[in-house]
Amino acid sequence: MSEIIRLANVGKNYGDFQVLQNINLSIAKGEKIVICGPSGSGKSTLIRCINHLSPHDVGTIHVNNVELDGKNRNVGAIRCEVGMVFQNFNLFPHLSVLENCLLAPMKVRGKSRAEAEETAIRLLGRVHIAEQAHKMPSQLSGGQQQRVAIARALCMEPEVMLFDEPTSALDPEMVGEVLDVMVELARGGMTMLCVTHEMGFARKVADRVIFMDAGQVVEIASPDEFFDAPKTERARNFLSQIMH
Amino acid sequence: MSFDFSAFWGALTSEAFFRGACITIILSLLSHGVGILVSIPVAVIINRGGGFLPGALKGIVGILRGAPTLLQLLFVWNALPQFFPIFREPWFTPFLAAWIALSLNEAAYQVEINRAALKAVDPGQEAAGEALGLSRFQIFRYITLPQAMRVAIPPTVNEFITLLKITSLASVISLQELMSTASRAVSTTFQFSEYYAAALIYYLIMVYALVYVQGKLERKYSWDRSRAETSNDPGVVQRAMALMRRA
Repeated sequence: MSEIIRLANVGKNYGDFQVLQNINLSIAKGEKIVICGPSGSGKSTLIRCINHLSPHDVGTIHVNNVELDGKNRNVGAIRCEVGMVFQNFNLFPHLSVLENCLLAPMKVRGKSRAEAEETAIRLLGRVHIAEQAHKMPSQLSGGQQQRVAIARALCMEPEVMLFDEPTSALDPEMVGEVLDVMVELARGGMTMLCVTHEMGFARKVADRVIFMDAGQVVEIASPDEFFDAPKTERARNFLSQIMH
Repeated sequence: MSFDFSAFWGALTSEAFFRGACITIILSLLSHGVGILVSIPVAVIINRGGGFLPGALKGIVGILRGAPTLLQLLFVWNALPQFFPIFREPWFTPFLAAWIALSLNEAAYQVEINRAALKAVDPGQEAAGEALGLSRFQIFRYITLPQAMRVAIPPTVNEFITLLKITSLASVISLQELMSTASRAVSTTFQFSEYYAAALIYYLIMVYALVYVQGKLERKYSWDRSRAETSNDPGVVQRAMALMRRA
């Protein structure tokens, strides 16, 4: 399989604090990666580096053979190919569900309204929410909002999807509906990087689990290997803490 | 003590009062319009922070907010022509001087309103815009600005109501706005209550109209449509009276 994301010696600092240290990672097209680790381990920062929301300081990042070097043109090109879903949904509250999905395809991709609408309705259908297209985000439940956020990102027809703890802000009964959509997306062949502690999801779809601690990649393994027989002490400690 | 109703009615329907009110409202609209246009980029630059420009702008805003409006009016009208001979020409009318002074004064207050409104927008909104590949300008135009506007509308209309009444200060530079028209009539007739009452009616009508517009704007920029449709505007009269009382 061809490589779509490559990180080489990536590092990032906030002042003296090293958020990321010497990250080397190669991700193939269609691969599903779950990133987990204790809070403050740098997992969110890592995926935010991939679409330049948190620019890295050291090393190189290539997405789709374009180097993320801070040049506006390259950053723009990569952001078009990399969709992102946030913990707090970040839907635009002043726009309807449909308008949320139309803004970027029309303004960035230059699609006509009719063309963008057709895609948006199709993708809202895919996340099972097409009937809510004309509602405002505040009229939807958290789970519905997160599914809209997934559809909004998909409307840009990205090659890669980044998920930054997509279910952490949800009420427990809504986690399932969002994970179901993510599983369907994974089965459709999307390249995905998910920061999540949902182990069921990781076992079901992940090709690899990346365990991070203190800004470093500590362990990379298949989900079964990682959850059943973690190799490192730090991973064992972490797993014992999240399993209740 | 008697109230001469015919004098009151005569003043209310007189051309002089109507013209005075027109000058008041036009001056307010023009000053606030310029104030808002100037204040948006200034608020964005100050909020971004760092470097010389935000500091310098903050300083200017500080001076304009600190100086009494009356002083600013007198400064523009009397002192500006001393610095720049171009302002000694006949085209530099009291109206123009008041427009310049009040625009600057308004811009300073509006900068603070806009700064607060822009900061009230969740930073996650900008991140979502960036992640979708929108440019900085597009994020500002389509995401930040509409959300900040909703926050800014009530204090902005409030500011406009204050401005409407501050225009009466321009009488010191011999601008014939509503209040100076009333004062002039009083100084010859000594019928205080009749002429002041006529002026009050004009001010009230203008303020009521504004409060009505504010309600419309708030509904327009309310993005929870179901809530917007069912809410009744609470006590327009009370709100207008409260605003008048504060003046």
